[in-house]
Amino acid sequence: MSVTELDRARSAQSNLRIIDCDIHPAMTAWTEVHPFLARRWIDHLQVYGSHLRHAFSEALTHPRMSPDAARVDAYPDEGGPPGSSLALMRQQHLDPNGVDHGILIPLRWNPGSQRNLEFGVALTQAMNTWQVERWVRQEPRLRASVLIAQEDAAGSVAEIEARAGDPNFVQVLVLPRTDEPLGRRRYWPIFAAAEQAGLPIAVHVGGTNGHPSTGGGWPSYYMEEHHAVAESMQAIVSSLVFEGVFERFPKLRIVIMEGGLGWIPSLSARMDKHWAKLRSEVPHLKRRPSDYVREHIWFTTQPMEEPESAAHLTELFERIGWDRLLFSTDYPHWDFDDPRYAFRAPLTPAQRDQILFGNAQKFYGLD
Amino acid sequence: MTRHVVATVEEIPPGSRKIVEVGGREIGVFNLAGEFFAIANRCPHEGASLCKGRIVGLVEADEPGSYRFSRKDELVRCPWHGWEFDIRTGKSWCDPRRTKVKSYDIKLEDGDVLAETKLRAETFPVSVEKRYVVIEL
Repeated sequence: MSVTELDRARSAQSNLRIIDCDIHPAMTAWTEVHPFLARRWIDHLQVYGSHLRHAFSEALTHPRMSPDAARVDAYPDEGGPPGSSLALMRQQHLDPNGVDHGILIPLRWNPGSQRNLEFGVALTQAMNTWQVERWVRQEPRLRASVLIAQEDAAGSVAEIEARAGDPNFVQVLVLPRTDEPLGRRRYWPIFAAAEQAGLPIAVHVGGTNGHPSTGGGWPSYYMEEHHAVAESMQAIVSSLVFEGVFERFPKLRIVIMEGGLGWIPSLSARMDKHWAKLRSEVPHLKRRPSDYVREHIWFTTQPMEEPESAAHLTELFERIGWDRLLFSTDYPHWDFDDPRYAFRAPLTPAQRDQILFGNAQKFYGLD
Repeated sequence: MTRHVVATVEEIPPGSRKIVEVGGREIGVFNLAGEFFAIANRCPHEGASLCKGRIVGLVEADEPGSYRFSRKDELVRCPWHGWEFDIRTGKSWCDPRRTKVKSYDIKLEDGDVLAETKLRAETFPVSVEKRYVVIEL
């Protein structure tokens, strides 16, 4: 019987080189977004507030494992929520973990789920500029994501076009709980604009669309909600495949963030099996569903699967594709993955470097 | 086995903890209602600073809506993924057979005894009037 006991002296500095594809920056105060909003929308916020498609608009759908869904050690001494202090982010994460580049995934304000579409679009514009001014210009290791309010396709396209070619931005960001499954045609103008701009589309767990978070209705517990994110990602992947998005947009690249990994081979195999017999229903698909997944979709690693057997993990990576895995930590959230200990499998130095650095470097075109 | 003086008893009043460094290792020293225990400041899961986590009790439930609370302030909850460890033994609550955090022997010694054995703290002088927390490592 082996007992897990970690008692090695730890060096303060990691020797690894990493690109962290999922860092959550926060605002010290919600008013931080004001300088980037038109007067009309500041007034709107103050008079009417933010309204999402669920009750208690400023609350999360379920209370989290930890307050602010955050690591307990990530609260800045100077006050403000975890993720709001660049100094602490550097001291606690970027420096000791050897982060060469970090990709920002802002979740505050949830602009894509705002019921007032125009307000949602205004928020995306403000949050995008906020990311550049508050983070990327202060810290050259960081890169921003183009937030869009996907239910307003025209507004989203305008924002993607406005940021196209700006090296501060490396992707478009959508949260998967959209009004309809993401492959539906109402979202196609967004895919066209992203493809045109050469920007991948990141789908990071979250969003509120008013639908229950599982196919069986509303769950009772946060643990169920936490698992439901994997279900929502499966719905996104099968929608993108079967709606023919990758036939219509052959250069489109998708990265699924924080949705787990174990389900990917089984979903691919299941789609292939059904397609083999029922392909006449979807004649616009020219290839096996799994081919589209393998060619167009990348996956971030956190929260890392922790199977009993290390061999199961390497087999999983093999089946997904070693070149499709992008390392992420989810800093400063509670289910953070440490690059040194997250992978409980014997990876070769080349495999480790590929997942921690090389794949993301190539994917985002970073130095 | 070397003995290290890491704190005075009064520095760690009941319910509190101190994180000390001994031989390159960070160790959390806890005072549970007058009894002292020491565990490594490394979570065996992903290496977080375990001893900076919340000190909690044991919550058990046989069914939704019915909870029992016991062992007040005898577990520490990792600041990252929330794994809970028994401060007395270092054993993981959810997987006590296979997962534990390293625990260390602690002794309380009077300053005059320490002076006689010529044991000195590396970081502060030992005074004969006080009582000290000593870790064997």
